[in-house]
Amino acid sequence: MPMPVPGLSETAMIVCLFFIFLVPFAGAGISLINAGLGRSRSAGHMMMAAISALSVAAIVYFICGFAWQGFIGKPGHIFTLSGKSWNWIAAEPFFFRGLALDGSPASLAALLQIFCVGLAALIPLGSGADRWRLRASCASAALLAGWTYPLFAHWVWGGGWLAQLGVNYGLGHGFIDAGGASSIHVLGGLSALAVTWILGPRRGKYSPDGMAPAIPGHNAVLVLFGCLLALLGWFGLNSAGAILFTGSAPARAVLIAVNTMLEAAAAALTAAVITGIRFGKPDASLSANGWVGGLVASSATCVFVVPAEAIVIGAIAGALVTFSVEWFELRLEVDDPGGAVSVHAIGGIWGLLALGLFARFHDPVLNVVNGALPVTGGGAAGQWLAQLVGVATLLGFVLPLTYGLNWALNRLCPFRVAIEGEQQGMDLYELGAGAYPEFVTHTEDFIPR
Amino acid sequence: MKIVGFLLLLTGWLLVLAAIVLLASPGSRAGFVLAGMTVEALGLTIVIRSHLILREEKR
Repeated sequence: MPMPVPGLSETAMIVCLFFIFLVPFAGAGISLINAGLGRSRSAGHMMMAAISALSVAAIVYFICGFAWQGFIGKPGHIFTLSGKSWNWIAAEPFFFRGLALDGSPASLAALLQIFCVGLAALIPLGSGADRWRLRASCASAALLAGWTYPLFAHWVWGGGWLAQLGVNYGLGHGFIDAGGASSIHVLGGLSALAVTWILGPRRGKYSPDGMAPAIPGHNAVLVLFGCLLALLGWFGLNSAGAILFTGSAPARAVLIAVNTMLEAAAAALTAAVITGIRFGKPDASLSANGWVGGLVASSATCVFVVPAEAIVIGAIAGALVTFSVEWFELRLEVDDPGGAVSVHAIGGIWGLLALGLFARFHDPVLNVVNGALPVTGGGAAGQWLAQLVGVATLLGFVLPLTYGLNWALNRLCPFRVAIEGEQQGMDLYELGAGAYPEFVTHTEDFIPR
Repeated sequence: MKIVGFLLLLTGWLLVLAAIVLLASPGSRAGFVLAGMTVEALGLTIVIRSHLILREEKR
Protein backbone atom coordinates (compact mmCIF):
# COMPACT_ATOMS: atom_id res chain seq x y z
CA MET A 1 0.00 0.00 0.00
CA PRO A 2 1.19 3.55 -0.64
CA MET A 3 2.78 5.24 2.32
CA PRO A 4 1.95 8.82 3.23
CA VAL A 5 4.60 11.30 2.28
CA PRO A 6 6.15 13.05 5.26
CA GLY A 7 5.29 16.74 5.24
CA LEU A 8 7.90 19.32 4.32
CA SER A 9 9.11 21.91 6.82
CA GLU A 10 8.22 25.49 5.98
CA THR A 11 11.79 26.20 4.88
CA ALA A 12 11.86 23.09 2.70
CA MET A 13 8.52 24.07 1.19
CA ILE A 14 9.77 27.57 0.29
CA VAL A 15 13.01 26.17 -1.16
CA CYS A 16 11.02 23.65 -3.20
CA LEU A 17 8.67 26.38 -4.43
CA PHE A 18 11.67 28.46 -5.52
CA PHE A 19 13.02 25.50 -7.51
CA ILE A 20 9.62 24.92 -9.14
CA PHE A 21 9.51 28.59 -10.22
CA LEU A 22 12.76 28.02 -12.12
CA VAL A 23 11.27 25.20 -14.23
CA PRO A 24 9.59 27.47 -16.87
CA PHE A 25 13.12 28.52 -17.91
CA ALA A 26 13.57 24.97 -19.22
CA GLY A 27 10.50 25.47 -21.39
CA ALA A 28 11.81 28.83 -22.60
CA GLY A 29 15.14 27.25 -23.46
CA ILE A 30 13.63 24.33 -25.36
CA SER A 31 11.34 26.71 -27.27
CA LEU A 32 14.26 28.93 -28.33
CA ILE A 33 16.29 25.88 -29.37
CA ASN A 34 13.38 24.57 -31.46
CA ALA A 35 12.88 27.98 -33.08
CA GLY A 36 16.57 28.49 -33.80
CA LEU A 37 17.03 25.04 -35.34
CA GLY A 38 14.07 25.56 -37.69
CA ARG A 39 13.80 27.83 -40.71
CA SER A 40 13.48 31.62 -40.32
CA ARG A 41 10.17 31.59 -42.19
CA SER A 42 8.66 29.37 -39.46
CA ALA A 43 10.31 30.88 -36.36
CA GLY A 44 7.28 32.89 -35.19
CA HIS A 45 5.04 29.88 -35.75
CA MET A 46 7.35 27.72 -33.64
CA MET A 47 7.21 30.14 -30.70
CA MET A 48 3.45 30.48 -31.08
CA ALA A 49 3.15 26.68 -31.13
CA ALA A 50 5.26 26.53 -27.94
CA ILE A 51 3.01 29.00 -26.09
CA SER A 52 -0.07 27.18 -27.38
CA ALA A 53 1.24 23.73 -26.38
CA LEU A 54 2.13 25.00 -22.89
CA SER A 55 -1.32 26.55 -22.50
CA VAL A 56 -3.22 23.52 -23.76
CA ALA A 57 -1.12 21.14 -21.66
CA ALA A 58 -1.62 23.18 -18.48
CA ILE A 59 -5.40 23.39 -18.89
CA VAL A 60 -5.89 19.75 -19.90
CA TYR A 61 -3.64 18.61 -17.06
CA PHE A 62 -5.72 20.71 -14.64
CA ILE A 63 -8.96 19.24 -15.99
CA CYS A 64 -8.08 15.55 -16.02
CA GLY A 65 -4.31 14.94 -16.06
CA PHE A 66 -3.71 15.22 -12.33
CA ALA A 67 -6.77 13.04 -11.71
CA TRP A 68 -5.05 10.18 -13.60
CA GLN A 69 -1.59 10.87 -12.19
CA GLY A 70 -2.31 11.55 -8.51
CA PHE A 71 0.31 11.56 -5.82
CA ILE A 72 1.58 9.22 -3.16
CA GLY A 73 -0.97 8.50 -0.46
CA LYS A 74 -3.84 9.54 -2.75
CA PRO A 75 -6.45 7.04 -3.95
CA GLY A 76 -5.60 4.80 -6.90
CA HIS A 77 -7.03 1.89 -8.90
CA ILE A 78 -5.20 -1.20 -7.69
CA PHE A 79 -5.42 -4.82 -8.82
CA THR A 80 -3.74 -7.77 -7.21
CA LEU A 81 -1.53 -10.15 -9.18
CA SER A 82 0.09 -13.15 -7.50
CA GLY A 83 -0.50 -11.56 -4.13
CA LYS A 84 1.16 -8.25 -5.09
CA SER A 85 -0.74 -5.01 -5.50
CA TRP A 86 -0.36 -3.17 -8.80
CA ASN A 87 -1.29 0.49 -8.67
CA TRP A 88 -1.95 1.34 -12.33
CA ILE A 89 -3.83 4.64 -12.33
CA ALA A 90 -4.84 7.29 -9.83
CA ALA A 91 -8.46 7.88 -8.84
CA GLU A 92 -8.48 11.58 -8.03
CA PRO A 93 -11.41 13.88 -8.85
CA PHE A 94 -11.09 16.13 -11.92
CA PHE A 95 -10.29 19.87 -11.77
CA PHE A 96 -7.91 19.54 -8.76
CA ARG A 97 -10.97 19.02 -6.53
CA GLY A 98 -9.95 17.75 -3.12
CA LEU A 99 -6.42 19.09 -3.54
CA ALA A 100 -5.62 21.81 -1.01
CA LEU A 101 -3.26 24.29 -2.69
CA ASP A 102 -1.53 25.04 0.60
CA GLY A 103 2.12 24.12 0.17
CA SER A 104 1.61 20.46 0.97
CA PRO A 105 3.82 17.99 -0.98
CA ALA A 106 0.81 17.01 -3.14
CA SER A 107 0.06 20.62 -4.06
CA LEU A 108 3.73 21.32 -4.83
CA ALA A 109 3.81 18.19 -7.00
CA ALA A 110 0.68 19.36 -8.86
CA LEU A 111 2.29 22.76 -9.53
CA LEU A 112 5.54 21.15 -10.70
CA GLN A 113 3.62 18.77 -12.95
CA ILE A 114 1.78 21.62 -14.71
CA PHE A 115 5.18 22.87 -15.87
CA CYS A 116 6.57 19.37 -16.52
CA VAL A 117 3.68 18.31 -18.74
CA GLY A 118 4.15 21.51 -20.75
CA LEU A 119 7.83 20.71 -21.12
CA ALA A 120 6.97 17.23 -22.41
CA ALA A 121 4.50 18.75 -24.88
CA LEU A 122 7.18 21.13 -26.22
CA ILE A 123 9.55 18.33 -27.19
CA PRO A 124 7.69 16.99 -30.27
CA LEU A 125 7.40 20.54 -31.68
CA GLY A 126 11.11 20.49 -32.53
CA SER A 127 10.77 17.41 -34.70
CA GLY A 128 7.63 18.66 -36.44
CA ALA A 129 9.19 22.04 -37.27
CA ASP A 130 8.33 23.74 -40.58
CA ARG A 131 5.39 21.43 -41.39
CA TRP A 132 3.20 20.67 -38.35
CA ARG A 133 -0.07 22.63 -38.31
CA LEU A 134 -0.74 24.69 -35.20
CA ARG A 135 -4.16 23.21 -34.38
CA ALA A 136 -2.87 19.66 -34.85
CA SER A 137 0.10 20.29 -32.53
CA CYS A 138 -2.32 21.67 -29.90
CA ALA A 139 -4.55 18.61 -30.22
CA SER A 140 -1.53 16.33 -29.88
CA ALA A 141 -0.41 18.27 -26.79
CA ALA A 142 -3.88 17.76 -25.31
CA LEU A 143 -3.64 13.99 -25.81
CA LEU A 144 -0.19 13.93 -24.24
CA ALA A 145 -1.22 16.05 -21.25
CA GLY A 146 -4.56 14.35 -20.73
CA TRP A 147 -3.61 10.72 -21.08
CA THR A 148 -0.09 9.55 -22.05
CA TYR A 149 1.91 11.68 -19.62
CA PRO A 150 -0.32 11.28 -16.52
CA LEU A 151 -0.53 7.51 -16.97
CA PHE A 152 3.23 6.96 -17.16
CA ALA A 153 4.01 9.67 -14.58
CA HIS A 154 1.63 7.92 -12.17
CA TRP A 155 3.59 4.69 -12.59
CA VAL A 156 6.85 6.50 -11.75
CA TRP A 157 5.91 9.40 -9.46
CA GLY A 158 2.40 8.63 -8.23
CA GLY A 159 3.12 5.41 -6.37
CA GLY A 160 2.41 3.28 -9.45
CA TRP A 161 3.63 -0.22 -10.27
CA LEU A 162 7.04 0.87 -11.62
CA ALA A 163 7.83 2.62 -8.34
CA GLN A 164 6.50 -0.45 -6.50
CA LEU A 165 9.00 -2.82 -8.17
CA GLY A 166 11.27 -2.49 -5.14
CA VAL A 167 8.74 -3.35 -2.46
CA ASN A 168 6.84 -5.89 -4.57
CA TYR A 169 9.63 -7.78 -6.31
CA GLY A 170 12.81 -6.75 -4.55
CA LEU A 171 14.18 -4.85 -7.57
CA GLY A 172 16.38 -2.33 -5.79
CA HIS A 173 14.39 0.76 -4.81
CA GLY A 174 12.00 0.28 -7.71
CA PHE A 175 12.19 2.34 -10.90
CA ILE A 176 13.71 5.70 -9.97
CA ASP A 177 13.67 8.95 -11.90
CA ALA A 178 14.26 12.08 -9.84
CA GLY A 179 13.96 14.79 -12.49
CA GLY A 180 11.77 13.36 -15.23
CA ALA A 181 14.21 11.72 -17.66
CA SER A 182 11.57 9.08 -18.36
CA SER A 183 8.19 10.71 -17.82
CA ILE A 184 9.12 14.04 -19.43
CA HIS A 185 11.99 13.44 -21.81
CA VAL A 186 11.84 9.88 -23.10
CA LEU A 187 8.05 10.16 -23.32
CA GLY A 188 8.36 13.47 -25.17
CA GLY A 189 11.14 12.10 -27.38
CA LEU A 190 9.12 9.02 -28.33
CA SER A 191 6.12 11.25 -29.09
CA ALA A 192 8.47 13.28 -31.30
CA LEU A 193 9.47 10.09 -33.13
CA ALA A 194 5.81 9.14 -33.66
CA VAL A 195 4.99 12.64 -34.93
CA THR A 196 7.97 12.60 -37.30
CA TRP A 197 6.92 9.25 -38.75
CA ILE A 198 3.36 10.49 -39.25
CA LEU A 199 4.36 13.86 -40.73
CA GLY A 200 7.11 12.61 -43.02
CA PRO A 201 10.17 14.70 -43.90
CA ARG A 202 10.19 18.32 -45.00
CA ARG A 203 9.95 18.91 -48.74
CA GLY A 204 13.40 18.80 -50.26
CA LYS A 205 14.99 17.08 -47.27
CA TYR A 206 15.63 13.83 -49.13
CA SER A 207 16.44 13.80 -52.83
CA PRO A 208 15.07 10.98 -55.06
CA ASP A 209 18.41 9.13 -54.77
CA GLY A 210 18.13 9.16 -50.96
CA MET A 211 20.71 11.89 -50.31
CA ALA A 212 19.92 14.25 -47.44
CA PRO A 213 21.14 17.80 -47.97
CA ALA A 214 21.58 19.67 -44.69
CA ILE A 215 18.94 22.26 -43.84
CA PRO A 216 20.78 24.23 -41.16
CA GLY A 217 18.99 26.04 -38.37
CA HIS A 218 18.43 29.74 -39.01
CA ASN A 219 19.80 31.22 -35.76
CA ALA A 220 22.64 29.66 -33.73
CA VAL A 221 22.44 32.49 -31.18
CA LEU A 222 18.86 31.57 -30.26
CA VAL A 223 19.87 27.93 -29.96
CA LEU A 224 22.87 28.56 -27.71
CA PHE A 225 21.05 31.12 -25.56
CA GLY A 226 18.27 28.57 -25.22
CA CYS A 227 20.83 26.10 -23.86
CA LEU A 228 21.85 28.56 -21.12
CA LEU A 229 18.22 29.26 -20.18
CA ALA A 230 17.51 25.54 -20.11
CA LEU A 231 20.34 25.02 -17.61
CA LEU A 232 18.56 27.31 -15.14
CA GLY A 233 15.31 25.44 -15.65
CA TRP A 234 17.03 22.09 -15.15
CA PHE A 235 18.50 23.22 -11.81
CA GLY A 236 14.92 23.76 -10.67
CA LEU A 237 13.48 20.67 -12.31
CA ASN A 238 16.06 18.25 -10.93
CA SER A 239 16.11 19.79 -7.44
CA ALA A 240 12.33 20.03 -7.01
CA GLY A 241 11.83 16.52 -8.44
CA ALA A 242 14.47 15.03 -6.14
CA ILE A 243 12.89 16.66 -3.06
CA LEU A 244 9.32 15.72 -3.91
CA PHE A 245 9.73 12.30 -5.54
CA THR A 246 12.79 10.74 -3.94
CA GLY A 247 12.65 12.37 -0.52
CA SER A 248 16.02 14.12 -0.88
CA ALA A 249 16.92 16.77 1.66
CA PRO A 250 16.85 20.34 0.23
CA ALA A 251 20.58 20.59 1.05
CA ARG A 252 21.20 17.98 -1.67
CA ALA A 253 20.39 20.72 -4.19
CA VAL A 254 24.09 21.65 -4.14
CA LEU A 255 25.10 18.18 -5.33
CA ILE A 256 22.25 18.20 -7.86
CA ALA A 257 23.32 21.55 -9.32
CA VAL A 258 26.98 20.48 -9.53
CA ASN A 259 26.07 17.20 -11.26
CA THR A 260 23.59 18.88 -13.62
CA MET A 261 26.19 21.44 -14.69
CA LEU A 262 28.95 18.84 -15.08
CA GLU A 263 26.83 16.46 -17.15
CA ALA A 264 25.75 19.26 -19.49
CA ALA A 265 29.32 20.55 -19.78
CA ALA A 266 30.83 17.13 -20.44
CA ALA A 267 28.16 16.33 -23.01
CA ALA A 268 28.59 19.63 -24.88
CA LEU A 269 32.39 19.37 -24.90
CA THR A 270 32.24 15.76 -26.12
CA ALA A 271 29.91 16.78 -28.94
CA ALA A 272 32.18 19.71 -29.84
CA VAL A 273 35.28 17.50 -29.87
CA ILE A 274 33.62 14.74 -31.91
CA THR A 275 32.28 17.17 -34.51
CA GLY A 276 35.61 19.02 -34.50
CA ILE A 277 37.48 15.79 -35.29
CA ARG A 278 34.97 14.60 -37.88
CA PHE A 279 34.18 17.86 -39.70
CA GLY A 280 37.28 19.94 -39.00
CA LYS A 281 35.38 22.50 -36.87
CA PRO A 282 33.05 22.11 -33.89
CA ASP A 283 29.39 22.19 -34.87
CA ALA A 284 27.30 24.66 -32.84
CA SER A 285 23.93 22.95 -33.27
CA LEU A 286 25.25 19.48 -32.45
CA SER A 287 27.12 20.87 -29.44
CA ALA A 288 23.87 22.46 -28.29
CA ASN A 289 22.12 19.11 -28.79
CA GLY A 290 24.87 17.49 -26.73
CA TRP A 291 24.42 20.06 -23.96
CA VAL A 292 20.68 19.36 -23.71
CA GLY A 293 21.33 15.61 -23.97
CA GLY A 294 23.60 15.92 -20.93
CA LEU A 295 20.90 17.85 -19.08
CA VAL A 296 18.36 15.16 -19.92
CA ALA A 297 20.66 12.39 -18.66
CA SER A 298 21.23 14.40 -15.49
CA SER A 299 17.49 14.36 -14.77
CA ALA A 300 17.72 10.67 -13.90
CA THR A 301 21.07 10.61 -12.14
CA CYS A 302 21.56 14.08 -10.61
CA VAL A 303 21.15 13.14 -6.95
CA PHE A 304 22.50 9.58 -6.99
CA VAL A 305 26.00 9.96 -8.46
CA VAL A 306 29.22 11.70 -7.47
CA PRO A 307 30.53 14.54 -9.68
CA ALA A 308 33.24 12.42 -11.33
CA GLU A 309 30.62 9.90 -12.42
CA ALA A 310 28.44 12.76 -13.65
CA ILE A 311 31.22 13.78 -16.03
CA VAL A 312 31.46 10.23 -17.42
CA ILE A 313 27.67 9.99 -17.81
CA GLY A 314 27.55 13.40 -19.51
CA ALA A 315 30.39 12.56 -21.89
CA ILE A 316 28.70 9.34 -22.98
CA ALA A 317 25.38 11.21 -23.39
CA GLY A 318 27.12 13.79 -25.62
CA ALA A 319 28.64 11.08 -27.82
CA LEU A 320 25.36 9.15 -28.07
CA VAL A 321 23.40 12.26 -29.04
CA THR A 322 25.96 13.36 -31.64
CA PHE A 323 26.05 10.01 -33.42
CA SER A 324 22.33 9.31 -33.11
CA VAL A 325 21.35 12.65 -34.68
CA GLU A 326 23.26 11.61 -37.81
CA TRP A 327 21.99 8.03 -37.62
CA PHE A 328 18.35 9.08 -37.44
CA GLU A 329 18.74 11.65 -40.21
CA LEU A 330 20.82 9.74 -42.72
CA ARG A 331 20.22 6.04 -42.05
CA LEU A 332 16.65 6.00 -40.75
CA GLU A 333 15.37 8.98 -42.78
CA VAL A 334 13.77 10.55 -39.73
CA ASP A 335 13.68 14.28 -40.45
CA ASP A 336 13.94 15.76 -36.97
CA PRO A 337 15.09 19.42 -37.28
CA GLY A 338 15.33 19.94 -33.51
CA GLY A 339 17.09 16.64 -32.80
CA ALA A 340 14.33 15.94 -30.26
CA VAL A 341 14.39 12.16 -30.67
CA SER A 342 18.14 11.88 -30.12
CA VAL A 343 18.39 14.47 -27.37
CA HIS A 344 15.37 13.52 -25.30
CA ALA A 345 14.70 9.85 -26.06
CA ILE A 346 18.29 8.58 -26.44
CA GLY A 347 19.74 10.94 -23.79
CA GLY A 348 16.93 10.04 -21.38
CA ILE A 349 17.24 6.28 -21.87
CA TRP A 350 20.98 6.52 -21.29
CA GLY A 351 20.40 8.50 -18.08
CA LEU A 352 17.94 5.91 -16.78
CA LEU A 353 20.33 3.04 -17.49
CA ALA A 354 23.28 4.99 -16.05
CA LEU A 355 21.35 5.34 -12.80
CA GLY A 356 21.23 1.55 -12.59
CA LEU A 357 24.98 1.37 -13.19
CA PHE A 358 26.28 4.21 -11.04
CA ALA A 359 23.67 4.98 -8.39
CA ARG A 360 24.75 5.44 -4.78
CA PHE A 361 22.00 5.85 -2.26
CA HIS A 362 23.36 8.15 0.44
CA ASP A 363 20.01 8.68 2.14
CA PRO A 364 17.06 6.35 2.42
CA VAL A 365 15.23 6.71 -0.88
CA LEU A 366 11.57 7.54 -0.60
CA ASN A 367 10.61 6.67 -4.19
CA VAL A 368 7.01 7.45 -3.36
CA VAL A 369 6.02 4.01 -2.11
CA ASN A 370 8.98 2.61 -0.35
CA GLY A 371 9.19 4.70 2.76
CA ALA A 372 12.60 4.27 4.25
CA LEU A 373 14.35 1.43 2.47
CA PRO A 374 17.78 0.54 3.79
CA VAL A 375 20.71 2.44 2.36
CA THR A 376 22.44 0.19 -0.17
CA GLY A 377 25.60 0.32 -2.22
CA GLY A 378 25.82 1.48 -5.81
CA GLY A 379 24.97 -0.40 -8.96
CA ALA A 380 22.91 -3.20 -7.41
CA ALA A 381 21.67 -5.75 -9.97
CA GLY A 382 18.09 -5.30 -8.78
CA GLN A 383 18.19 -1.56 -9.38
CA TRP A 384 19.62 -2.13 -12.86
CA LEU A 385 16.77 -4.54 -13.63
CA ALA A 386 14.17 -2.06 -12.34
CA GLN A 387 15.60 0.60 -14.66
CA LEU A 388 15.50 -1.90 -17.56
CA VAL A 389 11.84 -2.63 -16.87
CA GLY A 390 11.13 1.11 -16.98
CA VAL A 391 12.92 1.50 -20.32
CA ALA A 392 11.11 -1.59 -21.68
CA THR A 393 7.80 0.00 -20.66
CA LEU A 394 8.66 3.22 -22.47
CA LEU A 395 9.57 1.39 -25.69
CA GLY A 396 7.00 -1.40 -25.52
CA PHE A 397 3.99 0.47 -24.20
CA VAL A 398 4.44 4.24 -24.47
CA LEU A 399 5.75 4.27 -28.07
CA PRO A 400 2.86 2.17 -29.53
CA LEU A 401 0.37 4.14 -27.42
CA THR A 402 1.61 7.57 -28.47
CA TYR A 403 1.95 6.47 -32.12
CA GLY A 404 -1.58 5.03 -32.11
CA LEU A 405 -3.10 8.13 -30.53
CA ASN A 406 -1.31 10.51 -32.90
CA TRP A 407 -2.12 8.31 -35.92
CA ALA A 408 -5.83 8.41 -35.02
CA LEU A 409 -5.64 12.15 -34.38
CA ASN A 410 -4.02 12.67 -37.79
CA ARG A 411 -7.12 11.08 -39.37
CA LEU A 412 -9.40 13.56 -37.63
CA CYS A 413 -7.18 16.64 -37.80
CA PRO A 414 -4.48 16.32 -40.49
CA PHE A 415 -1.03 17.08 -39.10
CA ARG A 416 0.77 18.22 -42.21
CA VAL A 417 0.40 21.68 -43.66
CA ALA A 418 -0.48 22.09 -47.36
CA ILE A 419 2.37 22.29 -49.89
CA GLU A 420 1.95 26.04 -50.34
CA GLY A 421 2.23 26.45 -46.58
CA GLU A 422 5.61 24.75 -46.57
CA GLN A 423 6.80 26.78 -49.52
CA GLN A 424 5.52 30.07 -48.13
CA GLY A 425 6.64 29.34 -44.57
CA MET A 426 4.49 28.54 -41.57
CA ASP A 427 4.62 32.13 -40.29
CA LEU A 428 2.85 33.70 -43.25
CA TYR A 429 0.65 30.72 -44.04
CA GLU A 430 -0.73 30.04 -40.57
CA LEU A 431 -0.15 33.29 -38.68
CA GLY A 432 -0.29 35.86 -41.46
CA ALA A 433 2.93 37.60 -40.39
CA GLY A 434 6.61 36.72 -40.41
CA ALA A 435 8.90 36.61 -37.38
CA TYR A 436 11.42 38.98 -38.97
CA PRO A 437 9.35 41.43 -41.07
CA GLU A 438 12.12 44.01 -41.34
CA PHE A 439 14.31 41.51 -43.21
CA VAL A 440 11.69 41.03 -45.94
CA THR A 441 12.24 43.07 -49.05
CA HIS A 442 9.00 44.65 -50.24
CA THR A 443 8.95 45.64 -53.88
CA GLU A 444 7.03 48.83 -53.10
CA ASP A 445 10.06 50.06 -51.13
CA PHE A 446 11.86 50.45 -54.44
CA ILE A 447 9.11 52.29 -56.24
CA PRO A 448 10.25 55.90 -56.71
CA ARG A 449 7.85 58.26 -54.98
CA MET B 1 4.03 -4.46 -41.49
CA LYS B 2 4.20 -1.47 -39.17
CA ILE B 3 1.37 -2.94 -37.11
CA VAL B 4 3.31 -6.18 -36.72
CA GLY B 5 6.26 -4.17 -35.43
CA PHE B 6 4.13 -2.36 -32.87
CA LEU B 7 2.53 -5.64 -31.79
CA LEU B 8 6.00 -7.09 -31.27
CA LEU B 9 6.90 -4.06 -29.15
CA LEU B 10 3.86 -4.75 -26.97
CA THR B 11 4.63 -8.46 -26.84
CA GLY B 12 8.17 -7.77 -25.67
CA TRP B 13 6.84 -5.54 -22.92
CA LEU B 14 4.37 -8.21 -21.79
CA LEU B 15 7.25 -10.72 -21.70
CA VAL B 16 9.15 -8.36 -19.41
CA LEU B 17 6.12 -8.04 -17.14
CA ALA B 18 5.59 -11.81 -17.12
CA ALA B 19 9.24 -12.35 -16.17
CA ILE B 20 8.89 -10.00 -13.21
CA VAL B 21 5.65 -11.58 -11.99
CA LEU B 22 6.25 -15.27 -12.66
CA LEU B 23 9.95 -15.81 -12.07
CA ALA B 24 11.59 -15.63 -8.69
CA SER B 25 15.28 -16.32 -9.24
CA PRO B 26 17.25 -13.19 -10.15
CA GLY B 27 19.14 -14.93 -12.99
CA SER B 28 16.15 -16.26 -14.88
CA ARG B 29 14.26 -13.03 -14.25
CA ALA B 30 17.10 -10.96 -15.75
CA GLY B 31 17.38 -13.42 -18.67
CA PHE B 32 13.70 -13.15 -19.53
CA VAL B 33 13.69 -9.37 -19.14
CA LEU B 34 16.55 -9.21 -21.64
CA ALA B 35 14.67 -11.64 -23.92
CA GLY B 36 11.63 -9.37 -23.76
CA MET B 37 13.77 -6.39 -24.64
CA THR B 38 15.22 -8.34 -27.58
CA VAL B 39 11.68 -8.90 -28.86
CA GLU B 40 11.09 -5.16 -28.45
CA ALA B 41 14.25 -4.44 -30.45
CA LEU B 42 12.97 -6.75 -33.20
CA GLY B 43 9.64 -4.90 -33.20
CA LEU B 44 11.38 -1.54 -33.37
CA THR B 45 13.51 -2.77 -36.28
CA ILE B 46 10.39 -3.86 -38.18
CA VAL B 47 8.67 -0.51 -37.55
CA ILE B 48 11.76 1.35 -38.78
CA ARG B 49 12.11 -0.93 -41.84
CA SER B 50 8.45 -0.41 -42.75
CA HIS B 51 8.97 3.35 -42.45
CA LEU B 52 11.97 3.15 -44.80
CA ILE B 53 10.10 0.97 -47.31
CA LEU B 54 7.24 3.47 -47.30
CA ARG B 55 9.71 6.28 -47.98
CA GLU B 56 11.27 4.38 -50.88
CA GLU B 57 7.84 3.70 -52.40
CA LYS B 58 7.01 7.42 -52.24
CA ARG B 59 10.20 8.29 -54.13
